[in-house]
Amino acid sequence: MARILAERLSIEFPLYHVGARSLKKRVLSQAARRLRTDAANRVVVSALRDLEFTIGHGERVALLGHNGAGKTTLLRTLAGIYEPVGGRLLVEGEIGSLIDPAAGTDMDATGRENILLRGLFRGLSEAESQTMLAQVESFSGLGEFLDVPVRTYSTGMMLRLAFAMATVAEPKVMLMDEWFLAGDADFMRRARDRLAELVHGAEILVLATHNLDIARQWCTRAIHLEAGRIKADGPIDAVLANY
Amino acid sequence: MPGAATAPPEGHLPPAPPAAQAGPLPPPGGRGADGASRGGAPARPEGETGLLAGGSFYECDASQPRRLERAMADLGTGLRRWRLAFALAWLDIRNRYRGSVIGPLWLTLSTAIMVVGLGVLYAALFKLPLVQFLPFVAVSLILWNMINQIVSEACGSLIAAEGIIRQLTLPYTTHVLRCVLRNIGVAAHSLPIILVVFAFCGTWPGLGGLMALPGLLLLVLNSFAVAMLLGMVCARFRDIAPIVASVMQIAFFLSPVLWKPELLGRHAVWLPLNPAYTLMETMRGPLLGEPVSTLVWLSAVSFTVLACAASFAFFVRFRGRIAFWV
Repeated sequence: MARILAERLSIEFPLYHVGARSLKKRVLSQAARRLRTDAANRVVVSALRDLEFTIGHGERVALLGHNGAGKTTLLRTLAGIYEPVGGRLLVEGEIGSLIDPAAGTDMDATGRENILLRGLFRGLSEAESQTMLAQVESFSGLGEFLDVPVRTYSTGMMLRLAFAMATVAEPKVMLMDEWFLAGDADFMRRARDRLAELVHGAEILVLATHNLDIARQWCTRAIHLEAGRIKADGPIDAVLANY
Repeated sequence: MPGAATAPPEGHLPPAPPAAQAGPLPPPGGRGADGASRGGAPARPEGETGLLAGGSFYECDASQPRRLERAMADLGTGLRRWRLAFALAWLDIRNRYRGSVIGPLWLTLSTAIMVVGLGVLYAALFKLPLVQFLPFVAVSLILWNMINQIVSEACGSLIAAEGIIRQLTLPYTTHVLRCVLRNIGVAAHSLPIILVVFAFCGTWPGLGGLMALPGLLLLVLNSFAVAMLLGMVCARFRDIAPIVASVMQIAFFLSPVLWKPELLGRHAVWLPLNPAYTLMETMRGPLLGEPVSTLVWLSAVSFTVLACAASFAFFVRFRGRIAFWV
Protein backbone atom coordinates (compact mmCIF):
# COMPACT_ATOMS: atom_id res chain seq x y z
CA MET A 1 0.00 0.00 0.00
CA ALA A 2 1.61 3.20 -1.10
CA ARG A 3 1.33 6.18 1.16
CA ILE A 4 2.95 9.56 1.64
CA LEU A 5 2.79 11.28 4.97
CA ALA A 6 4.17 14.71 5.73
CA GLU A 7 4.11 16.25 9.17
CA ARG A 8 5.17 19.86 9.61
CA LEU A 9 7.53 19.31 6.71
CA SER A 10 9.89 22.25 6.22
CA ILE A 11 12.76 22.92 3.87
CA GLU A 12 15.01 25.93 4.10
CA PHE A 13 17.74 26.88 1.69
CA PRO A 14 20.54 28.82 3.28
CA LEU A 15 21.88 31.42 0.87
CA TYR A 16 25.57 30.59 1.12
CA HIS A 17 27.11 32.13 -1.90
CA VAL A 18 25.68 35.63 -1.82
CA GLY A 19 26.92 38.66 0.03
CA ALA A 20 24.87 37.77 3.05
CA ARG A 21 25.44 40.96 4.96
CA SER A 22 24.22 43.46 2.41
CA LEU A 23 21.46 41.14 1.32
CA LYS A 24 20.40 40.74 4.90
CA LYS A 25 20.12 44.48 5.35
CA ARG A 26 18.11 44.84 2.22
CA VAL A 27 15.66 42.02 2.72
CA LEU A 28 15.12 42.54 6.40
CA SER A 29 14.44 46.22 6.00
CA GLN A 30 11.45 45.37 3.87
CA ALA A 31 8.97 43.00 5.39
CA ALA A 32 10.34 39.89 3.71
CA ARG A 33 7.95 37.01 3.40
CA ARG A 34 10.23 34.07 2.76
CA LEU A 35 13.72 35.34 3.44
CA ARG A 36 14.72 35.44 7.05
CA THR A 37 17.71 34.78 9.26
CA ASP A 38 17.94 31.51 11.14
CA ALA A 39 19.44 30.69 14.52
CA ALA A 40 22.99 30.76 13.12
CA ASN A 41 22.32 34.23 11.67
CA ARG A 42 22.34 33.04 8.07
CA VAL A 43 19.92 34.31 5.45
CA VAL A 44 17.64 31.44 4.53
CA VAL A 45 14.83 31.02 2.04
CA SER A 46 11.89 29.14 3.43
CA ALA A 47 11.13 26.91 0.48
CA LEU A 48 8.51 24.77 2.22
CA ARG A 49 6.88 25.72 5.49
CA ASP A 50 5.10 23.34 7.82
CA LEU A 51 3.41 21.23 5.20
CA GLU A 52 0.91 18.74 6.56
CA PHE A 53 -0.69 16.22 4.27
CA THR A 54 -1.35 12.55 3.78
CA ILE A 55 -1.60 11.08 0.34
CA GLY A 56 -3.20 7.68 0.37
CA HIS A 57 -3.33 4.73 -1.96
CA GLY A 58 -4.91 5.55 -5.31
CA GLU A 59 -4.70 9.32 -5.02
CA ARG A 60 -3.51 11.44 -7.94
CA VAL A 61 -2.39 14.79 -6.69
CA ALA A 62 -1.70 17.91 -8.72
CA LEU A 63 0.70 20.39 -7.18
CA LEU A 64 -0.38 23.84 -8.32
CA GLY A 65 1.16 27.21 -7.72
CA HIS A 66 3.20 29.98 -9.28
CA ASN A 67 6.85 29.70 -10.17
CA GLY A 68 8.81 29.53 -6.96
CA ALA A 69 5.88 28.36 -4.90
CA GLY A 70 7.83 25.26 -3.92
CA LYS A 71 6.41 22.64 -6.29
CA THR A 72 9.71 21.24 -7.52
CA THR A 73 11.29 21.50 -4.09
CA LEU A 74 8.44 19.44 -2.70
CA LEU A 75 8.90 16.85 -5.43
CA ARG A 76 12.62 16.68 -4.70
CA THR A 77 11.97 16.34 -1.01
CA LEU A 78 9.52 13.50 -1.62
CA ALA A 79 12.13 11.87 -3.85
CA GLY A 80 14.64 11.95 -0.98
CA ILE A 81 17.01 14.49 -2.52
CA TYR A 82 16.55 17.15 0.15
CA GLU A 83 16.31 15.92 3.70
CA PRO A 84 13.65 17.80 5.65
CA VAL A 85 15.02 20.56 7.85
CA GLY A 86 12.01 20.31 10.09
CA GLY A 87 9.17 17.87 10.46
CA ARG A 88 8.79 14.35 9.25
CA LEU A 89 8.31 12.61 5.93
CA LEU A 90 7.34 9.03 5.26
CA VAL A 91 6.98 7.57 1.79
CA GLU A 92 5.85 3.98 1.46
CA GLY A 93 6.17 2.42 -1.96
CA GLU A 94 8.95 2.44 -4.49
CA ILE A 95 9.53 5.96 -5.75
CA GLY A 96 9.98 6.86 -9.39
CA SER A 97 10.78 10.43 -10.15
CA LEU A 98 10.37 12.11 -13.52
CA ILE A 99 11.75 15.42 -12.33
CA ASP A 100 14.50 16.23 -14.79
CA PRO A 101 14.61 13.99 -17.84
CA ALA A 102 18.19 14.78 -18.80
CA ALA A 103 19.83 14.40 -15.37
CA GLY A 104 22.70 11.96 -15.42
CA THR A 105 22.83 11.81 -19.20
CA ASP A 106 26.37 11.75 -20.53
CA MET A 107 26.37 13.99 -23.59
CA ASP A 108 29.43 12.36 -25.16
CA ALA A 109 28.18 8.81 -24.79
CA THR A 110 25.87 7.21 -27.32
CA GLY A 111 22.19 6.71 -26.71
CA ARG A 112 22.74 3.02 -26.11
CA GLU A 113 25.51 3.66 -23.57
CA ASN A 114 23.30 6.16 -21.81
CA ILE A 115 20.51 3.63 -21.49
CA LEU A 116 22.88 1.13 -19.88
CA LEU A 117 24.21 3.90 -17.65
CA ARG A 118 20.67 4.71 -16.59
CA GLY A 119 20.26 1.07 -15.66
CA LEU A 120 23.26 1.43 -13.36
CA PHE A 121 21.85 4.65 -11.89
CA ARG A 122 18.76 2.69 -10.96
CA GLY A 123 20.81 -0.13 -9.53
CA LEU A 124 19.57 -2.69 -12.05
CA SER A 125 21.41 -5.92 -12.74
CA GLU A 126 23.09 -6.60 -16.09
CA ALA A 127 20.12 -8.62 -17.32
CA GLU A 128 17.59 -6.02 -16.21
CA SER A 129 19.59 -3.32 -17.97
CA GLN A 130 19.50 -5.31 -21.19
CA THR A 131 15.73 -5.66 -20.91
CA MET A 132 15.49 -1.93 -20.33
CA LEU A 133 17.68 -1.31 -23.37
CA ALA A 134 15.34 -3.33 -25.55
CA GLN A 135 12.28 -1.53 -24.22
CA VAL A 136 13.76 1.93 -24.63
CA GLU A 137 14.97 1.03 -28.09
CA SER A 138 11.50 0.12 -29.27
CA PHE A 139 9.67 2.95 -27.51
CA SER A 140 11.98 5.83 -28.38
CA GLY A 141 11.96 5.00 -32.09
CA LEU A 142 15.45 6.44 -32.39
CA GLY A 143 16.74 3.46 -34.39
CA GLU A 144 20.26 3.94 -35.70
CA PHE A 145 20.65 7.19 -33.78
CA LEU A 146 21.09 5.15 -30.62
CA ASP A 147 24.66 4.53 -31.75
CA VAL A 148 25.45 8.22 -32.10
CA PRO A 149 26.62 10.46 -29.23
CA VAL A 150 23.72 12.15 -27.51
CA ARG A 151 25.41 15.52 -28.06
CA THR A 152 24.34 15.40 -31.71
CA TYR A 153 20.65 14.84 -30.93
CA SER A 154 18.02 17.44 -31.58
CA THR A 155 15.95 18.63 -28.62
CA GLY A 156 13.10 16.41 -29.72
CA MET A 157 15.29 13.33 -30.01
CA MET A 158 16.79 14.05 -26.63
CA LEU A 159 13.31 14.25 -25.16
CA ARG A 160 12.34 10.95 -26.77
CA LEU A 161 15.33 9.21 -25.28
CA ALA A 162 14.89 10.79 -21.86
CA PHE A 163 11.20 10.08 -21.83
CA ALA A 164 11.65 6.48 -22.87
CA MET A 165 14.35 5.94 -20.23
CA ALA A 166 12.29 7.59 -17.54
CA THR A 167 9.09 5.71 -18.20
CA VAL A 168 10.24 2.12 -18.59
CA ALA A 169 10.25 1.70 -14.82
CA GLU A 170 6.89 1.18 -13.19
CA PRO A 171 7.10 2.80 -9.79
CA LYS A 172 4.43 2.66 -7.11
CA VAL A 173 4.83 6.32 -6.20
CA MET A 174 5.34 8.51 -9.20
CA LEU A 175 6.64 12.05 -8.88
CA MET A 176 6.43 14.06 -12.05
CA ASP A 177 7.38 17.53 -13.12
CA GLU A 178 5.69 18.99 -16.14
CA TRP A 179 8.60 18.83 -18.56
CA PHE A 180 6.88 16.13 -20.58
CA LEU A 181 4.57 18.62 -22.26
CA ALA A 182 7.09 19.44 -24.99
CA GLY A 183 7.82 17.39 -28.09
CA ASP A 184 6.45 16.81 -31.56
CA ALA A 185 2.82 15.95 -32.06
CA ASP A 186 3.31 12.37 -33.14
CA PHE A 187 5.54 11.60 -30.19
CA MET A 188 3.32 13.45 -27.77
CA ARG A 189 0.39 11.26 -28.73
CA ARG A 190 2.38 8.18 -27.90
CA ALA A 191 3.87 9.83 -24.86
CA ARG A 192 0.44 10.68 -23.47
CA ASP A 193 -0.73 7.13 -23.93
CA ARG A 194 2.33 5.83 -22.18
CA LEU A 195 2.02 8.36 -19.37
CA ALA A 196 -1.65 7.58 -18.92
CA GLU A 197 -0.72 3.91 -18.69
CA LEU A 198 1.96 4.67 -16.10
CA VAL A 199 -0.27 6.97 -14.14
CA HIS A 200 -2.93 4.29 -13.94
CA GLY A 201 -0.35 1.71 -12.97
CA ALA A 202 1.08 3.81 -10.16
CA GLU A 203 -0.57 3.78 -6.79
CA ILE A 204 0.19 7.43 -6.14
CA LEU A 205 0.88 10.22 -8.58
CA VAL A 206 2.20 13.61 -7.56
CA LEU A 207 2.32 15.94 -10.53
CA ALA A 208 3.68 19.47 -10.48
CA THR A 209 2.05 21.41 -13.27
CA HIS A 210 0.81 24.74 -14.57
CA ASN A 211 -1.43 23.03 -17.07
CA LEU A 212 -4.88 22.98 -15.55
CA ASP A 213 -6.33 20.76 -18.27
CA ILE A 214 -3.81 18.05 -17.54
CA ALA A 215 -4.41 18.47 -13.84
CA ARG A 216 -8.16 18.14 -14.27
CA GLN A 217 -7.80 15.18 -16.59
CA TRP A 218 -5.36 13.15 -14.50
CA CYS A 219 -5.73 14.16 -10.93
CA THR A 220 -8.29 13.58 -8.25
CA ARG A 221 -6.89 16.01 -5.74
CA ALA A 222 -4.95 19.24 -5.83
CA ILE A 223 -2.59 20.92 -3.42
CA HIS A 224 -2.19 24.60 -4.11
CA LEU A 225 1.14 25.89 -2.85
CA GLU A 226 1.81 29.55 -2.31
CA ALA A 227 5.11 30.87 -1.00
CA GLY A 228 5.99 27.48 0.42
CA ARG A 229 2.73 26.95 2.29
CA ILE A 230 -0.36 24.99 1.44
CA LYS A 231 -3.00 27.48 0.38
CA ALA A 232 -5.64 24.95 -0.49
CA ASP A 233 -5.89 21.19 -0.48
CA GLY A 234 -8.85 19.15 -1.57
CA PRO A 235 -10.70 17.58 -4.49
CA ILE A 236 -9.37 18.90 -7.76
CA ASP A 237 -12.52 20.72 -8.84
CA ALA A 238 -12.89 22.51 -5.55
CA VAL A 239 -9.28 23.73 -5.60
CA LEU A 240 -9.40 24.72 -9.25
CA ALA A 241 -12.56 26.70 -8.68
CA ASN A 242 -10.65 29.05 -6.39
CA TYR A 243 -7.34 28.91 -8.26
CA MET B 1 -4.30 27.36 7.50
CA PRO B 2 -2.33 24.45 6.18
CA GLY B 3 -3.40 22.07 8.89
CA ALA B 4 -7.12 22.51 8.46
CA ALA B 5 -7.27 21.84 4.78
CA THR B 6 -5.52 18.49 4.73
CA ALA B 7 -8.29 15.97 4.87
CA PRO B 8 -8.07 13.67 1.85
CA PRO B 9 -11.25 11.87 0.83
CA GLU B 10 -11.74 9.00 3.22
CA GLY B 11 -12.35 6.48 0.50
CA HIS B 12 -8.80 6.80 -0.77
CA LEU B 13 -7.10 5.93 2.45
CA PRO B 14 -5.77 2.44 2.95
CA PRO B 15 -8.31 0.33 4.88
CA ALA B 16 -6.62 -0.42 8.19
CA PRO B 17 -2.87 -0.20 8.32
CA PRO B 18 -1.07 -1.45 11.43
CA ALA B 19 -2.07 0.68 14.36
CA ALA B 20 1.48 1.51 15.33
CA GLN B 21 1.91 3.43 12.11
CA ALA B 22 -1.47 4.78 11.29
CA GLY B 23 -2.20 6.44 14.57
CA PRO B 24 -1.43 10.07 15.20
CA LEU B 25 2.30 10.62 15.26
CA PRO B 26 3.95 11.30 18.58
CA PRO B 27 5.21 14.84 19.07
CA PRO B 28 8.57 15.61 17.49
CA GLY B 29 11.45 14.62 19.72
CA GLY B 30 9.50 11.86 21.46
CA ARG B 31 11.92 8.99 21.88
CA GLY B 32 9.16 6.45 21.65
CA ALA B 33 8.51 7.21 17.99
CA ASP B 34 11.65 5.48 16.86
CA GLY B 35 10.73 2.08 18.12
CA ALA B 36 7.14 2.38 17.01
CA SER B 37 7.86 3.43 13.46
CA ARG B 38 10.50 0.78 12.99
CA GLY B 39 8.77 -1.99 14.84
CA GLY B 40 5.40 -1.80 13.14
CA ALA B 41 6.49 -2.49 9.62
CA PRO B 42 5.20 -5.87 8.62
CA ALA B 43 5.08 -5.27 4.87
CA ARG B 44 8.66 -4.06 4.56
CA PRO B 45 11.27 -6.29 2.98
CA GLU B 46 13.88 -7.86 5.19
CA GLY B 47 16.94 -5.75 5.78
CA GLU B 48 15.55 -2.57 4.31
CA THR B 49 16.03 0.44 6.53
CA GLY B 50 14.26 3.18 4.60
CA LEU B 51 17.09 5.53 5.44
CA LEU B 52 17.84 6.28 1.80
CA ALA B 53 15.30 6.83 -0.92
CA GLY B 54 15.36 4.15 -3.58
CA GLY B 55 13.93 1.20 -1.74
CA SER B 56 10.31 0.37 -1.17
CA PHE B 57 9.94 2.93 1.60
CA TYR B 58 11.70 6.04 2.78
CA GLU B 59 11.44 7.82 6.06
CA CYS B 60 13.06 10.98 7.31
CA ASP B 61 12.30 12.76 10.54
CA ALA B 62 14.12 16.00 11.22
CA SER B 63 13.79 15.54 14.97
CA GLN B 64 15.46 12.11 14.80
CA PRO B 65 17.92 12.41 11.97
CA ARG B 66 19.64 9.04 12.64
CA ARG B 67 22.69 10.47 10.96
CA LEU B 68 25.08 7.64 11.73
CA GLU B 69 22.76 4.99 10.35
CA ARG B 70 22.08 7.07 7.26
CA ALA B 71 25.78 7.63 6.62
CA MET B 72 26.48 3.92 7.01
CA ALA B 73 23.62 3.08 4.64
CA ASP B 74 25.01 5.60 2.16
CA LEU B 75 28.51 4.10 2.31
CA GLY B 76 27.19 0.56 2.09
CA THR B 77 24.91 1.21 -0.86
CA GLY B 78 27.49 3.32 -2.65
CA LEU B 79 30.24 0.73 -2.33
CA ARG B 80 27.93 -2.13 -3.21
CA ARG B 81 26.97 -0.30 -6.39
CA TRP B 82 30.58 0.31 -7.42
CA ARG B 83 29.74 -0.59 -11.00
CA LEU B 84 27.96 2.74 -11.40
CA ALA B 85 30.91 4.71 -10.01
CA PHE B 86 33.24 2.70 -12.23
CA ALA B 87 31.16 3.37 -15.35
CA LEU B 88 31.01 7.10 -14.58
CA ALA B 89 34.76 7.26 -13.92
CA TRP B 90 35.47 5.44 -17.15
CA LEU B 91 33.23 7.83 -19.10
CA ASP B 92 35.01 10.77 -17.44
CA ILE B 93 38.39 9.60 -18.68
CA ARG B 94 37.07 8.75 -22.10
CA ASN B 95 35.29 12.08 -22.51
CA ARG B 96 38.35 14.01 -21.47
CA TYR B 97 40.18 12.71 -24.53
CA ARG B 98 37.24 12.63 -26.90
CA GLY B 99 38.34 13.33 -30.46
CA SER B 100 42.02 13.28 -29.61
CA VAL B 101 44.08 10.99 -31.86
CA ILE B 102 46.22 9.22 -29.26
CA GLY B 103 43.69 9.81 -26.51
CA PRO B 104 44.68 8.92 -22.96
CA LEU B 105 48.20 8.13 -24.17
CA TRP B 106 48.71 11.87 -23.75
CA LEU B 107 48.68 11.18 -20.03
CA THR B 108 51.54 8.72 -20.47
CA LEU B 109 53.40 10.91 -22.90
CA SER B 110 53.29 14.13 -20.87
CA THR B 111 54.40 12.31 -17.72
CA ALA B 112 57.21 10.62 -19.65
CA ILE B 113 58.46 13.97 -20.95
CA MET B 114 58.42 15.44 -17.48
CA VAL B 115 60.21 12.43 -15.95
CA VAL B 116 62.97 12.48 -18.56
CA GLY B 117 63.36 16.26 -18.51
CA LEU B 118 63.49 16.65 -14.74
CA GLY B 119 65.50 13.45 -14.35
CA VAL B 120 68.28 14.67 -16.63
CA LEU B 121 68.26 18.18 -15.13
CA TYR B 122 68.31 17.17 -11.48
CA ALA B 123 70.82 14.35 -12.01
CA ALA B 124 73.14 17.06 -13.34
CA LEU B 125 72.29 19.50 -10.54
CA PHE B 126 72.85 16.93 -7.79
CA LYS B 127 75.83 15.45 -9.68
CA LEU B 128 74.35 11.94 -9.54
CA PRO B 129 74.67 9.28 -12.26
CA LEU B 130 71.53 9.28 -14.43
CA VAL B 131 70.92 5.49 -14.22
CA GLN B 132 70.88 5.79 -10.44
CA PHE B 133 68.75 8.93 -10.25
CA LEU B 134 66.21 8.35 -13.04
CA PRO B 135 64.29 5.46 -11.37
CA PHE B 136 63.99 7.58 -8.23
CA VAL B 137 62.63 10.57 -10.14
CA ALA B 138 60.29 8.44 -12.24
CA VAL B 139 58.70 6.70 -9.26
CA SER B 140 58.62 9.91 -7.18
CA LEU B 141 57.07 12.10 -9.82
CA ILE B 142 54.46 9.57 -10.82
CA LEU B 143 53.43 8.94 -7.22
CA TRP B 144 53.42 12.67 -6.50
CA ASN B 145 51.31 13.39 -9.58
CA MET B 146 48.85 10.80 -8.39
CA ILE B 147 48.61 12.33 -4.91
CA ASN B 148 48.42 15.86 -6.28
CA GLN B 149 45.74 14.97 -8.83
CA ILE B 150 43.63 13.22 -6.25
CA VAL B 151 43.83 16.06 -3.76
CA SER B 152 43.00 18.74 -6.30
CA GLU B 153 40.15 16.76 -7.86
CA ALA B 154 38.88 15.83 -4.41
CA CYS B 155 37.83 19.46 -4.01
CA GLY B 156 35.35 19.05 -6.84
CA SER B 157 34.17 15.52 -6.12
CA LEU B 158 30.71 16.69 -5.06
CA ILE B 159 30.49 20.08 -6.79
CA ALA B 160 31.12 18.40 -10.14
CA ALA B 161 28.21 16.05 -9.51
CA GLU B 162 25.82 18.93 -8.75
CA GLY B 163 23.56 18.17 -11.71
CA ILE B 164 23.10 14.58 -10.57
CA ILE B 165 22.87 15.29 -6.84
CA ARG B 166 19.98 17.71 -7.26
CA GLN B 167 18.00 15.53 -9.63
CA LEU B 168 18.61 11.90 -8.77
CA THR B 169 18.68 10.09 -5.49
CA LEU B 170 22.03 8.38 -5.27
CA PRO B 171 24.36 7.65 -2.36
CA TYR B 172 26.95 10.44 -2.09
CA THR B 173 29.52 7.69 -1.79
CA THR B 174 29.01 7.05 -5.49
CA HIS B 175 30.28 10.51 -6.44
CA VAL B 176 33.29 10.22 -4.16
CA LEU B 177 34.10 6.76 -5.45
CA ARG B 178 33.78 8.04 -9.00
CA CYS B 179 36.43 10.67 -8.29
CA VAL B 180 38.78 8.13 -6.70
CA LEU B 181 38.37 5.55 -9.46
CA ARG B 182 38.89 8.18 -12.14
CA ASN B 183 42.18 9.21 -10.60
CA ILE B 184 43.32 5.62 -10.19
CA GLY B 185 42.54 5.13 -13.87
CA VAL B 186 44.53 8.21 -14.83
CA ALA B 187 47.46 7.19 -12.65
CA ALA B 188 47.48 3.70 -14.14
CA HIS B 189 48.45 5.24 -17.47
CA SER B 190 51.84 6.13 -15.99
CA LEU B 191 52.74 2.58 -14.96
CA PRO B 192 54.39 1.73 -18.30
CA ILE B 193 56.82 4.62 -17.74
CA ILE B 194 58.07 3.07 -14.51
CA LEU B 195 58.60 -0.25 -16.30
CA VAL B 196 60.43 1.42 -19.20
CA VAL B 197 62.67 3.42 -16.85
CA PHE B 198 63.46 0.30 -14.80
CA ALA B 199 64.32 -1.63 -17.95
CA PHE B 200 66.46 1.25 -19.26
CA CYS B 201 68.37 1.66 -16.00
CA GLY B 202 68.64 -2.04 -15.31
CA THR B 203 67.03 -1.87 -11.86
CA TRP B 204 64.35 -4.30 -10.84
CA PRO B 205 62.70 -4.42 -7.41
CA GLY B 206 62.00 -8.15 -7.63
CA LEU B 207 59.43 -9.71 -5.33
CA GLY B 208 60.11 -7.00 -2.74
CA GLY B 209 58.28 -4.64 -5.08
CA LEU B 210 55.05 -6.36 -4.03
CA MET B 211 55.50 -4.66 -0.68
CA ALA B 212 54.29 -1.52 -2.49
CA LEU B 213 50.78 -2.99 -2.48
CA PRO B 214 50.00 -2.25 1.19
CA GLY B 215 51.19 1.29 0.46
CA LEU B 216 48.86 1.46 -2.51
CA LEU B 217 46.01 0.33 -0.28
CA LEU B 218 46.81 3.13 2.19
CA LEU B 219 46.90 5.62 -0.66
CA VAL B 220 43.51 4.49 -1.97
CA LEU B 221 41.96 4.66 1.50
CA ASN B 222 43.36 8.14 1.93
CA SER B 223 42.10 9.19 -1.47
CA PHE B 224 38.61 8.13 -0.57
CA ALA B 225 38.72 9.90 2.78
CA VAL B 226 40.19 13.07 1.31
CA ALA B 227 37.80 13.09 -1.63
CA MET B 228 34.88 12.86 0.76
CA LEU B 229 36.16 15.40 3.26
CA LEU B 230 37.44 17.98 0.80
CA GLY B 231 34.47 17.33 -1.47
CA MET B 232 32.13 18.36 1.33
CA VAL B 233 34.19 21.22 2.70
CA CYS B 234 34.77 22.68 -0.75
CA ALA B 235 31.08 22.41 -1.61
CA ARG B 236 30.27 24.51 1.44
CA PHE B 237 33.21 26.93 1.35
CA ARG B 238 34.20 27.74 -2.18
CA ASP B 239 37.49 29.34 -1.14
CA ILE B 240 39.01 26.09 0.05
CA ALA B 241 39.87 24.72 -3.40
CA PRO B 242 42.37 27.51 -4.28
CA ILE B 243 43.89 27.22 -0.80
CA VAL B 244 44.34 23.49 -1.28
CA ALA B 245 45.95 24.09 -4.67
CA SER B 246 48.55 26.44 -3.23
CA VAL B 247 49.22 24.18 -0.25
CA MET B 248 49.89 21.31 -2.63
CA GLN B 249 52.27 23.48 -4.61
CA ILE B 250 54.30 24.28 -1.50
CA ALA B 251 54.10 20.64 -0.41
CA PHE B 252 55.74 19.62 -3.68
CA PHE B 253 58.86 21.59 -2.80
CA LEU B 254 58.80 20.68 0.87
CA SER B 255 58.50 16.94 0.20
CA PRO B 256 61.39 14.83 -1.01
CA VAL B 257 60.02 14.31 -4.49
CA LEU B 258 62.90 15.55 -6.61
CA TRP B 259 65.50 15.48 -3.84
CA LYS B 260 66.42 12.49 -1.71
CA PRO B 261 65.38 12.59 1.95
CA GLU B 262 69.01 11.98 3.04
CA LEU B 263 69.92 15.45 1.78
CA LEU B 264 68.12 16.98 4.73
CA GLY B 265 70.77 15.68 7.09
CA ARG B 266 69.82 16.06 10.72
CA HIS B 267 66.54 17.81 9.80
CA ALA B 268 65.31 14.55 8.26
CA VAL B 269 63.80 13.60 11.64
CA TRP B 270 60.91 15.96 10.89
CA LEU B 271 60.00 14.23 7.64
CA PRO B 272 57.58 11.65 9.12
CA LEU B 273 55.31 14.58 9.97
CA ASN B 274 54.69 15.12 6.27
CA PRO B 275 51.82 12.80 5.26
CA ALA B 276 52.46 13.28 1.57
CA TYR B 277 56.02 12.06 2.06
CA THR B 278 55.25 9.04 4.23
CA LEU B 279 52.40 7.88 2.03
CA MET B 280 54.59 8.24 -1.02
CA GLU B 281 57.51 6.50 0.69
CA THR B 282 55.51 3.37 1.60
CA MET B 283 55.22 2.73 -2.13
CA ARG B 284 58.45 4.29 -3.37
CA GLY B 285 60.72 2.38 -0.99
CA PRO B 286 59.65 -1.13 -2.06
CA LEU B 287 59.62 -0.15 -5.74
CA LEU B 288 63.18 1.17 -5.56
CA GLY B 289 64.31 -1.72 -3.39
CA GLU B 290 65.03 0.53 -0.41
CA PRO B 291 64.01 -0.33 3.15
CA VAL B 292 61.09 1.65 4.59
CA SER B 293 61.52 2.56 8.24
CA THR B 294 58.92 1.57 10.80
CA LEU B 295 58.47 5.22 11.65
CA VAL B 296 57.40 6.00 8.09
CA TRP B 297 54.89 3.16 8.15
CA LEU B 298 53.62 4.25 11.51
CA SER B 299 53.16 7.79 10.27
CA ALA B 300 51.44 6.69 7.05
CA VAL B 301 49.02 4.43 8.92
CA SER B 302 48.30 7.10 11.55
CA PHE B 303 47.56 9.73 8.93
CA THR B 304 45.28 7.29 7.13
CA VAL B 305 43.35 6.55 10.30
CA LEU B 306 43.14 10.24 11.06
CA ALA B 307 41.93 11.13 7.56
CA CYS B 308 39.32 8.36 7.59
CA ALA B 309 38.07 9.30 11.04
CA ALA B 310 37.80 13.02 10.26
CA SER B 311 36.14 12.34 6.96
CA PHE B 312 33.68 9.88 8.43
CA ALA B 313 32.78 12.20 11.29
CA PHE B 314 32.13 15.02 8.83
CA PHE B 315 30.10 12.78 6.58
CA VAL B 316 27.93 11.55 9.43
CA ARG B 317 27.28 15.08 10.65
CA PHE B 318 26.74 16.92 7.37
CA ARG B 319 25.61 14.32 4.88
CA GLY B 320 22.05 15.63 4.87
CA ARG B 321 23.25 19.13 4.01
CA ILE B 322 25.23 18.26 0.90
CA ALA B 323 22.25 18.64 -1.43
CA PHE B 324 21.81 22.20 -0.16
CA TRP B 325 25.49 23.03 -0.54
CA VAL B 326 26.28 22.03 -4.10
